[in-house]
Amino acid sequence: MNEAKVCIIDYGSGNVQSVYNMISLLAKETVISNEDKDLEKATHVILPGVGAFGAAMEKIKALGIVDGLKSIVLRQKKPFLGICVGMQVLADRGFEHGEFTGLGFIPGEVKLLKTGDLRLPHIGWNNLVGIKKHPLLEGMSEETDFYYVNSYHFAAGSHENVLGQCVYGETFASIVGRDNIFGVQFHPEKSQKAGQRLLTNFLKLI
Amino acid sequence: MKKKRLIPVLLLKNGFLVQSKEFNRYQNLGNPATAVKRISDWTSDELVYLDISRDDVYDMRRDDIKHPNRTNILEIIRDISQVCHVPITIGGKIRTIEDIRMRLRSGADKIAINTKALDDVNFITQAAKEFGSQCIVVSIDVKFIDGKHVVMRDGGKVSTGLDPVEWAKKVEAAGAGEILLNSVNRDGMRQGYDIELLKKVSEAIKIPVIALGGVGEWSHFKEALDQTNVDAVAAANIFHYVDQSVYLARKYLVEHCCNVRKPDLL
Repeated sequence: MNEAKVCIIDYGSGNVQSVYNMISLLAKETVISNEDKDLEKATHVILPGVGAFGAAMEKIKALGIVDGLKSIVLRQKKPFLGICVGMQVLADRGFEHGEFTGLGFIPGEVKLLKTGDLRLPHIGWNNLVGIKKHPLLEGMSEETDFYYVNSYHFAAGSHENVLGQCVYGETFASIVGRDNIFGVQFHPEKSQKAGQRLLTNFLKLI
Repeated sequence: MKKKRLIPVLLLKNGFLVQSKEFNRYQNLGNPATAVKRISDWTSDELVYLDISRDDVYDMRRDDIKHPNRTNILEIIRDISQVCHVPITIGGKIRTIEDIRMRLRSGADKIAINTKALDDVNFITQAAKEFGSQCIVVSIDVKFIDGKHVVMRDGGKVSTGLDPVEWAKKVEAAGAGEILLNSVNRDGMRQGYDIELLKKVSEAIKIPVIALGGVGEWSHFKEALDQTNVDAVAAANIFHYVDQSVYLARKYLVEHCCNVRKPDLL
């Protein structure tokens, strides 16, 4: 059991409970909350997500936690992980059903996948490609499959912030990272052993 | 590359897991949560959980240590989602948007809708708008009668007269994210999928089709993956017969060059 105290941000996005079910197996303390005091107490913060970019940003803003997030992520530099839409809102802008401003923690834009004849959303298990060496990816290889549900992807402003990719019609960023800030397009909480491994790696980051 | 999915289907009747034959004979298999944990551990890609109870009684008639008696479907979903770290689809008795919301909140990832879609196809559109197409699965039960495939309703008992291809196109247009395509004649017969049915439906629509009904040996999965356009192969009964069944099925498919996730029993 890891010593981490994890706060999973509750902003009315669907899958908070699934993330909790996985994290609570791995971390010493896990809370689901959107209160500043819980964000302050946490050693690691997770922003889960299901749904559209604009709707997710709206809910985050409506809770009034943007400043609190900036404080713990940018100033206190706590390890932070965005999952799926939680990853996408780390970007500067999103173009799902309109144009929306993101948190701007990692330079990039969120765009529709260009898949040609392949069906969208991209649903199912797909493997990593182009993995960089990073503690978050300890134990991962290009044969590691994760579970995805996405139609949009994080087009990173700098390739430096792309730690791993995935191929579906086009090659897109499946793991982004910048300093203490990380995002994964897939759902580690639904990816069995591989997901458990990635989350365990995240909880070891300081 | 994106993989084809291998999906165990678990049938729940009044709180018990059951095996089913031709939609009308059922054999009790016991506690739903322990079976789900076992099957999830065996490298399933997803789980589909169908509540085929005819009434609202969920009584397992036992209070085993650590396995409390569960009296409603939401508690059962909560139990399952705690032990199962793959996507979970819950189907059966979905009638309102609130039914969907409560199941998602309890830990379901997707919802399978059957009868309600037949009653009111706009319900699919409403549900997709509210929760996203990715979590709305339309379940279609098909029977081969007098040389023709026809969509059935009310637990496979009543013919709707609808053609499965036309119905699948209609629910796709309404906003369904996936189709769970089951064959009433093949259910529990262990003679393989209705390949013709899978072929024509999966070629007619763009959303993923999950094949169900009739698997009696691992090679039946391969047949569907090789000969049709389905995105996932599912089965119920066969996964209960042998130890480590999902692992063995997956191993067979990998050895026979099917595009599925490699088995891993860490």
